Amino acid sequence: MNPYDESVAGIVLRVIAYVVLAPLAGGLLAGLDRKVSAWMQGRVGPPVVQPFYDVAKLLSKEKIAVNRYQNFFVFLFLLYMIFTGSLFFAGASILIVVFVLVLASLFFVLAGFSVNSPYSHLGAERELIQVLAYDPVIIILAIGFYVVTGTFNVGSIYQASREGFLVLHLPGIFAAYLYVLTIKFRKSPFDLSMSHHAHQEIVRGLTTEFSGPHLALIEIAHWYENILLLALIYLFFAFSPVIGVAVALIAYFAEVFVDNAFARVKWQVMLASTWVFTITAGVSNLIILHYLLRR
Amino acid sequence: MSFLKKSPWLLHYNASSCNGCDFELFAALMPRYDPERFGVINTGNPKHADILLITGSMNVRNVEVVRNLYNQMPSPKVVVAVGICATSGCVFADAYNVLGGVDKVLPVDVYVLGCAVRPEAILDGILKAAQVLEEKYRAFQAGKTDKTEVPA
Repeated sequence: MNPYDESVAGIVLRVIAYVVLAPLAGGLLAGLDRKVSAWMQGRVGPPVVQPFYDVAKLLSKEKIAVNRYQNFFVFLFLLYMIFTGSLFFAGASILIVVFVLVLASLFFVLAGFSVNSPYSHLGAERELIQVLAYDPVIIILAIGFYVVTGTFNVGSIYQASREGFLVLHLPGIFAAYLYVLTIKFRKSPFDLSMSHHAHQEIVRGLTTEFSGPHLALIEIAHWYENILLLALIYLFFAFSPVIGVAVALIAYFAEVFVDNAFARVKWQVMLASTWVFTITAGVSNLIILHYLLRR
Repeated sequence: MSFLKKSPWLLHYNASSCNGCDFELFAALMPRYDPERFGVINTGNPKHADILLITGSMNVRNVEVVRNLYNQMPSPKVVVAVGICATSGCVFADAYNVLGGVDKVLPVDVYVLGCAVRPEAILDGILKAAQVLEEKYRAFQAGKTDKTEVPA
């Protein structure tokens, strides 16, 4: 059976599958993340379904808003996160996927800036720096796919990846992507904007003023985002579904390992190291590809 | 059915404690006792928290802070007085600046006794508070909000 179906029914089916299944898979991965982290710290840890309990609890709490815009922006953050993932699974242009992904992040930053808390502003500024750090890699990723396959269309890239070994053409870009995944998954040493584990450092940064149901929306948007990012890893390894899923899961749990093994760095270190790594691994990969594939 | 019982998030405030109860509270939150197996997370942010844990007695300086923290928490919410000072003021009760236990200012739901209080007792108090949270949620659903705003 060909999982990539170009017909309208096939596209609609994949988008519906993403919208319904991504939060389930993302929440389960978040639960496994917490369980594995607990084992690494010699603890029993919460049940694997704990993230679902947390979100269900948050949804049943009182709604508190300090102004009328903050929750609107959070809603847009979730909406655009679902939209970009749906575009990806519909097989649209990867450039649009990348730009809508950044747009979603910017709505989250706007939500942080729309309140008066200095912690929230600090988190929003750090989030902007994070976008500055990871965005070049994601754009280079799209260009790399184009250079190898001759198309920006996710569906065509997927077909090309099923027939050839994309990762062998793009090892540097893949490595750079893994490096910035630490930022996107909000893992230490780069969890600057929300201080995911050190909850008290900047009072959870961006999410300081968000409570109850709207905090739940942020969490759900994060699950959608994680699944999209893991699907991008799969795109490198589509020649074998087993290897593709295995590499995506290994990458996820490697990030969990890194999360527990490293202390948080300053934003200067994050930005400089990400850009240096992007240039040495990602851009040099593009340059070498240019000479290898020159006809 | 709500999930409040399964994910009680904490906020800890040190009113005017001698820090004995605080050390025991931190001990209770460390891997040895692992409260996360019950879904407990120490948030440090009143807007994310369900349970307010207060150590030490109330005095004229911290009463405003405690009231502010409580008013910022979204309902349903529970207050736990941790240690004998938070419960009654203990030996400091007669001091000129001390108002007494936490219940002089906030509606306290669970009292955890001890000087200093044992980590096991704190965990027990947190789980009791989670049950109170569940009861308050039912009242909250029925439209009867608990006193959200504590007036000055």
